[in-house]
Amino acid sequence: MVHVSATPVLALRGVSKRFGAVQALTDVELEVHAGEVVALVGDNGAGKSTLVKTIAGVHPIDEGVIEWEGRAVSVGKPQDAQNLGIATVYQDLALCDNIDVVGNLYLGRELRRYGVLDEVEMERRSRELLSTLSIRIPSVRIPIASLSGGQRQTVAIARSMLGAPKLVILDEPTAALGVEQTAQVLDLVERLRERGHAVILISHNMADVKAVADTVAVLRLGRNNGVFDVKATSQEEIISAITGATDNAVTRRAARTSEAQK
Amino acid sequence: MSIDKSPAPAGGRHRVGTAEAAHAAHEAVTAVDPRLLVREQGVGGYLADFKRRLHAGDLGSIPVVIGLILICAIFQSLNSQFLSAQNLSNIAVTMVATGMMAVGIIFVLLLGEIDLSVGSVSGVSGAIVAVLSVTHGMNEWLAVLAAIAGGAVMGALHGFFFARIGAPAFAVTLAGLLFWLGFMLQLLGSQGTINLDGDGIVGRLTTYYFSDVAAAYGLAALAVAVFFVSASTDARRRRAAGIPSRPLGDIVFRTVLLAAVSFAAAYMFNQYKGLPLALVLFLAVLVSTDFVLRRTAYGRKIFALGGSVEASRRAGINVTAVRISVFAIAGTFAAVGGLFWASKIAAANQSAGAGDLLMNVIAAAVIGGTSLFGGRGRTWNALLGVMVIVSIQYGLALEGIATPIQYMITGGVLLATVVIDSVTRKTQKTAGRA
Repeated sequence: MVHVSATPVLALRGVSKRFGAVQALTDVELEVHAGEVVALVGDNGAGKSTLVKTIAGVHPIDEGVIEWEGRAVSVGKPQDAQNLGIATVYQDLALCDNIDVVGNLYLGRELRRYGVLDEVEMERRSRELLSTLSIRIPSVRIPIASLSGGQRQTVAIARSMLGAPKLVILDEPTAALGVEQTAQVLDLVERLRERGHAVILISHNMADVKAVADTVAVLRLGRNNGVFDVKATSQEEIISAITGATDNAVTRRAARTSEAQK
Repeated sequence: MSIDKSPAPAGGRHRVGTAEAAHAAHEAVTAVDPRLLVREQGVGGYLADFKRRLHAGDLGSIPVVIGLILICAIFQSLNSQFLSAQNLSNIAVTMVATGMMAVGIIFVLLLGEIDLSVGSVSGVSGAIVAVLSVTHGMNEWLAVLAAIAGGAVMGALHGFFFARIGAPAFAVTLAGLLFWLGFMLQLLGSQGTINLDGDGIVGRLTTYYFSDVAAAYGLAALAVAVFFVSASTDARRRRAAGIPSRPLGDIVFRTVLLAAVSFAAAYMFNQYKGLPLALVLFLAVLVSTDFVLRRTAYGRKIFALGGSVEASRRAGINVTAVRISVFAIAGTFAAVGGLFWASKIAAANQSAGAGDLLMNVIAAAVIGGTSLFGGRGRTWNALLGVMVIVSIQYGLALEGIATPIQYMITGGVLLATVVIDSVTRKTQKTAGRA
């Protein structure tokens, strides 16, 4: 772990969320510190996406408290979360294919000079941002459509960095990416941590989690099912927390294959 | 597109593959990725760039310019009157009505939507001016303003039903097509035709020429000067900011090209009656709408909506407001086009805005290179497209070929254009540039 401060940037205390008859989240606790990558894992339907959306202000919470740098805050709409300094990169990247990289980075917050788009300044700052994040793309002036999936993901993450957020939430950033591209994105996550951002990383991929996360928070059926220090925990322990039992499909398979090898 | 100022590796602009080449490019501009698309300087660079764009299906205006040259060559060989100053000058004036409406429809096409009502709206606009100024004796300036404002309101209404209520733009504007046609007939009443004062504001829109030789040359010189100054100022700012800029040779080349075209056109107009007022207004509209689309945050929003509505919404763009405003713009330019149409026939009559006008407007936008799939196009496309369509009409008229054949040929040209649009899109997809 790198420079973990005493007061968490974001803390959830007993957060609950209901959708009609469905209790999506029950008494969930979560803490994220500056310079820390927290992996949020859990099976499909465990409540990961709902939890992220409550933090991002898409779904206001029903019960519990959201603390931001030690103060209780109310996050009722996406704008509130953005104003606090929370940036969210959703799984579907929300980039415009026909617009170039600079245009996408600054979409909705274009820099102007005498009321006219300041392309020069936007391009200069885009280059600066991409180079501080060591993002390598062919040109900042080609349309997003020309980029590979991994490059698009890095552009989407870079876009979230423009508002200088304190907390970045990445929803399955490596899903559907190749080996090389996954490595690029994981590198980028590490760079965010080095720069002192708090990161919440949602992932199904245990290898990714082991590679970059400091802490793993497991959700199961809308409840906390353990918070683990990645360095001190084996992959099997995390999986058993996700599935809720030590006897599960993954361990049975592991046992079968080890028997077969004997 | 980034352009490298340093000597690029042999082979010009392409994805640099070899390690040495990558290293060379990397050393040249350290801030830029070695895989950057690099363009060689000089003529060789342009050729290589052209080849790359040809392969990637990124043709831009090239097919339509080639088409225009072909059309001119064919009609000139059939009838030596085609390239006469008089004929070209008449084409330039006639195309303005359709061209103005095409500018409006390009805004809608950029959203990936369609507006079928522009023909009827243009008819209403002509009728409003005629009824207010001729029948009711209102000041003609006020009548013109009322007609243009009326177009904006009609467009905004379509936009409201599309953006706010969520009805498909196709259906809403189809309803508009019929409704405003009926509205126009109602306005014109039993007479059916109201003649306009040929020396009034609307009357002179298409009949006034700046006969002073200096006007046409002056405008050409102004255009060239403004282009050169703005391009070199931009290049200087970019150099100062340390980002890739267009080399001076490139700017000079483009300026010379623009100067050749503008002064040739100015010379041609001066051989006949001089610089047509209608064309000056059309060029002013093209320059200002192009500026709005490419240099303002509002224009960027329109392109963003054409690319991805969801991304635009998440970026905080007010999708509904932009959509309504775009349909209002289409209505406004339809009304403006209607004024030029009324001016051409010096009357508002029942056939205004009917017939093949709507199809010609959409065809002009698409032939000029605006994509039907949204997010790609410029208002200058309207100029190129409408030149093609009106040239065909005039060329066939010179040959005495009847309307049925004209329709078939224009239809064929539109189909060819749409095919090119779809095929380029496919090629662009495979080349990763859609």
